[in-house]
Amino acid sequence: MNEKQDWTKPAAMAIPAAGYAKEVRGRYGPTFPKTPANYGFTIIARIKPGTEDDIRAHGKTLEEAVAGAPDVLAPLQLHYLRWVLFPIGADMYFMYQGIFDTDFDKYTEDAVALFSATGITTIFTKLEGFPEDWKTNPPAFVKFVREHHHPSFLEYAEYPYVSALEVKKALHMRQAFSTMLDESQ
Amino acid sequence: MPQVEVPVVAPVELALDDLQHFLVTRTPALAARYEFLSFDDATAGRRWLCGIIDKVGTASTVGKESPDARWVTIAFTWHGLRALGVDAAALDTFPEEFRQGMAGRAELLGITGASHPDRWDAALRTPAFHAIVILFARDVAERDRATREHAAYVAKIPGVRVLTSLDLEALPPYGEPREHFGYLDRLSHTTIDGTNDEPTPGSVPKVNAGEFFLGYPDETGGTPALPQPEALTRNGSFLAYLRIQEHVGAFRDFLRTHGGPTRDEQELIAAKLMGRWRSGAPLVLATDKDDPELGKNLQRTNDFNYATMDPRGYACPVGSHIRRMNPRDTTDNLARHQIIRRGGTYGPLLPEGAPDDGVDRGIAAFMGCASLIRQFEFAMGVWANDPDFKGLHNERDPIIGTQDGTFDLTIPNRPIKKKITGIPAFTTIRAGAYLFLPGVQGLRFLSRTAGASSSEEAMST
Repeated sequence: MNEKQDWTKPAAMAIPAAGYAKEVRGRYGPTFPKTPANYGFTIIARIKPGTEDDIRAHGKTLEEAVAGAPDVLAPLQLHYLRWVLFPIGADMYFMYQGIFDTDFDKYTEDAVALFSATGITTIFTKLEGFPEDWKTNPPAFVKFVREHHHPSFLEYAEYPYVSALEVKKALHMRQAFSTMLDESQ
Repeated sequence: MPQVEVPVVAPVELALDDLQHFLVTRTPALAARYEFLSFDDATAGRRWLCGIIDKVGTASTVGKESPDARWVTIAFTWHGLRALGVDAAALDTFPEEFRQGMAGRAELLGITGASHPDRWDAALRTPAFHAIVILFARDVAERDRATREHAAYVAKIPGVRVLTSLDLEALPPYGEPREHFGYLDRLSHTTIDGTNDEPTPGSVPKVNAGEFFLGYPDETGGTPALPQPEALTRNGSFLAYLRIQEHVGAFRDFLRTHGGPTRDEQELIAAKLMGRWRSGAPLVLATDKDDPELGKNLQRTNDFNYATMDPRGYACPVGSHIRRMNPRDTTDNLARHQIIRRGGTYGPLLPEGAPDDGVDRGIAAFMGCASLIRQFEFAMGVWANDPDFKGLHNERDPIIGTQDGTFDLTIPNRPIKKKITGIPAFTTIRAGAYLFLPGVQGLRFLSRTAGASSSEEAMST
């Protein structure tokens, strides 16, 4: 682990409007860099009129999917998902904010496939401009995501660059250590 | 995983009489020749194509018709399609990555440094590189005979030029496909739905035809839109071509340096780099000792997984070649990242114990798929060259990743792992290209676009 990624030193990163300081080409366009708060997407899009109730109801569907199969979203290596509906004037907008460890640019197609398999896409289909042929056309799906992603201009982390896997490993260690102490009594 | 909606798809009937055989049938070739062509104008290209289309083996003829001693395949670059008169509006419907070509995408795939396109075979980096004709032959004599026939045919058609060519031959001892480092090759085998081919135990289940051929349902259950015109693209595929030089001297030096004094220790290091012993035996099933019988037994040599049999890589390092290029049950969406590989070795075998003679030798292969960006580029850019693959840090595929002495290889071991720092480059990419492999109807379409006259010439057998 290099100095920059020292988890004991809280860190912030200011990000230019483009979403990156230095352009690095990826397969689907410029890549967004890892920040102290890891990778993330903030997708904001207007919903199709009359779909608000369906979208809210889908929150419950996903709650049940995760309860039924807790590892259902594991491949995305998520820390947090936050989904918000909010009005601007008479229109309703949806915000998808995900913080994760997967380099989305690298695993784009896998994320798209997982979105489909878990029904996350069900919400996307209610967003204006979402491609009709998203299922067989990953590049069109990716284009929509990139066009609706609003990069942060500041990201901060109390324990920078720590992956969800490392958090879970540390908790496992604590649990194992506690068990060891119990067994030693 | 949750209940996934499985689309109901009617059994797929492959147009075997239209598909070029190349990705469907693995021919018993011991020699090959690739010729890279340029057409001075569309008429020249169409005349050449008209006279040779009948030589192209289809998935229904190869293996059944006589003479079955040489097999011809034809594919085109984006510039080649344009040179043959495909109009601009149609060309725009082809994928962006195909238009840009591999050289234009190399850096984002991690193909840099000594493997950078600036150092590639110059003939393949120009827009004048239009087409490739791939000849596979039962033996060298047949390859050379067919090569002479093609040279005589090209000589009859003004405006068709051979930019460069490459001869390939299987390495001795014949009967066991091995590459220059000595590893047994062709152990993994992708099987396609709609063919009689059955996956061997432990292999990826049959993959929907649309993952390899345009116009069929892919693993999503749907059929992606075809590039235009459909008369050209239906039953077509995309190919990524790579010529990879193998530095046999550097490889053997590395085994001696890091393996220790005994042959067994050196073989173990070779196995850790690949994930298989040079005999083909997988480390997951033959962890401490080679098992040559297992290696060549196709019913057993793929019958293993990683998630339950070797989750931490104590047998097969997470960063080894086969675990990167096919992570098996430790990845998702595997069926969407399959490619079909065809090719062979070029250059003479470097005898064991001989110092490196500096002669160019290696592998020249084609990776076939329906989507270069989703299949080939993912495999190359992520599986081979992502330094953070599967939680590793600062590692790349030790065999085909771009290496310059700054990356490592971690070999998990108890009580502590072994980390080899500064992996040297055992390979260098010397040429690369993206090609479109049309069906036979697509070839006919190209041969007559925009009022092409029928050819008086026909190539002799």
